[in-house]
Amino acid sequence: MSEPYLIGRNMTGGYGAADILHDCTIAVDRGEIAVIVGPNGAGKSTAMKAVFGMLNLREGSVQLDGQDIGHLTPQQRVVAGMGFVPQTANVFTSMTVQENLEMGAFIRTDDISHTMEEVYSLFPILREKRNQAAGELSGGQRQQVAVGRALMTQPKVLMLDEPTAGVSPIVMDELFDRIIDVARTGIPILMVEQNARQALAIADHGYVLVQGRNAHTDTGQALLADPDVRRSFLGG
Amino acid sequence: MGEDGSSVELLNALIVFMNFVGIPAITYGSQLALGALGLTLVYGILRFSNFAHGDTMAFGAMVTILFTWGLQALGISFGPLPTALLALPFGIAVTAVWLLATDRVIYRFYRRQRAVPVIYLIASAGVMFVTNGLVRFIIGPGDQRFSDGERFIISVREFKAMTGLPEGLAIKTTQGLTVVTAIVVVTLLFWFLNRTRTGKSMRAYSDNEDLALLSGIDPERVVMVTWLIVAALATIAGTLYGLDKTFKPFVYFQLLLPMFAAAVIGGLGSPLGAIVGGFVIAFAEVIITYAWKKVLTYALPEAWEPSGLMQLLSTDYKFAVSFALLVVVLLFKPTGLFKGQSL
Repeated sequence: MSEPYLIGRNMTGGYGAADILHDCTIAVDRGEIAVIVGPNGAGKSTAMKAVFGMLNLREGSVQLDGQDIGHLTPQQRVVAGMGFVPQTANVFTSMTVQENLEMGAFIRTDDISHTMEEVYSLFPILREKRNQAAGELSGGQRQQVAVGRALMTQPKVLMLDEPTAGVSPIVMDELFDRIIDVARTGIPILMVEQNARQALAIADHGYVLVQGRNAHTDTGQALLADPDVRRSFLGG
Repeated sequence: MGEDGSSVELLNALIVFMNFVGIPAITYGSQLALGALGLTLVYGILRFSNFAHGDTMAFGAMVTILFTWGLQALGISFGPLPTALLALPFGIAVTAVWLLATDRVIYRFYRRQRAVPVIYLIASAGVMFVTNGLVRFIIGPGDQRFSDGERFIISVREFKAMTGLPEGLAIKTTQGLTVVTAIVVVTLLFWFLNRTRTGKSMRAYSDNEDLALLSGIDPERVVMVTWLIVAALATIAGTLYGLDKTFKPFVYFQLLLPMFAAAVIGGLGSPLGAIVGGFVIAFAEVIITYAWKKVLTYALPEAWEPSGLMQLLSTDYKFAVSFALLVVVLLFKPTGLFKGQSL
């Protein structure tokens, strides 16, 4: 079996002295959506942040396209091709939608108009609101700005930390549709989700974490069908 | 007295008002606005209240004065305009070097420690004392005269001759210059912040530091550009203030309070707010400390003519006005008029 495109392998570590992750493995391969789910405090976001280099790992490694990137800072990982959308404070609220996208492409020196056009066609509402301050948009629109901003670097892999947190169910469905659209453009997506059922439904791979450990790992459909997973996390 | 008489009276009242309140307040407001812009930029980008800003203005003005004297000694002048304008670029350059040096030696250390804002604030107080001492050591603590060129755009005598009115209106060259320069500088600054890539990256960094880092914006470069702009703003504000009033190092230290009040009233971190705040403070200060007797004598019917000076507060207490406004804003609208950050 070939190596997954992005993999955090046997990760152990935390923010301070106490470990949050214990021998945890998360991966996403080309053309896939991988989803991390689990109960509150399971270390879902921490696992993703570990892959992105936002905490120090005591053990384990992170590889991108076969290269070890454990020594890179988050900023360097962005340059290496990783797009990251934080859960909160993920847009520049005082700047317009278009300026948010421009800032997303800050590291690029080539012509960004083509990428911006792609983002606008993925998220048509953003074209409409492009001269409006991002802070004035609704929660769902803001998340689209956040994802659009991350896409502007033309990432080779996109990481989303709870993209549907705090939005209404209707908006959530729409966001999931948009995320599938992004995945169809060929970008692998790794995301953390609270709404486990919907997330697993669109996932190629699912990781159920419990207390910082891999509890179940399988395809999204298999996890949805697994009676054990259903009972413990999906409410029967 | 007929209709005609009373409208002339009102015209006189307006001219006295403009001469003693309107024009001085607009001038002072422009100077405060330029100063407050520097404060608000440092607050927005480096995230601390820079107590050294008043003395940075003194430093910038001092260097400009030294170069002005040099140019004057060489017999170079700028026609009707003050020679100091020619010396400004040199003043800005030296001040920029000084600010970048303080950043390199002091603030960068705390940035790497990820220090809390109050530590920066105390460090900036230290920089303030050092800058203050340096300025007094180099140029002395006393008043310095460096303005030259034409003194008035319109003098009282010319105005009276022109209009035939009993009251005169004077516009000093330095007043006109202050307002024009402020408009040019503010326009350039807003163009830079809103239209250029570097300016936008500064706004992004000020808005959301973590996301700016994720977007690949280099914080050290943003900080450097900020200090360069602050050097220009402080030197221009300090020189204009010195030209218009007088250069005395201690006065710049005292300006810190009205400038902070202006920045807070406008909303810390908001450039537009700093400008509006500057004018609010300037007008409040002048209106409250001006003796209104003459204006009211013209404006009101004879029977209502005031007997006192009609001055709310002695000019000695003008700083109390900024202080009171600052307290009121912090109590009732801590984020200021333009949605800035609260302290």
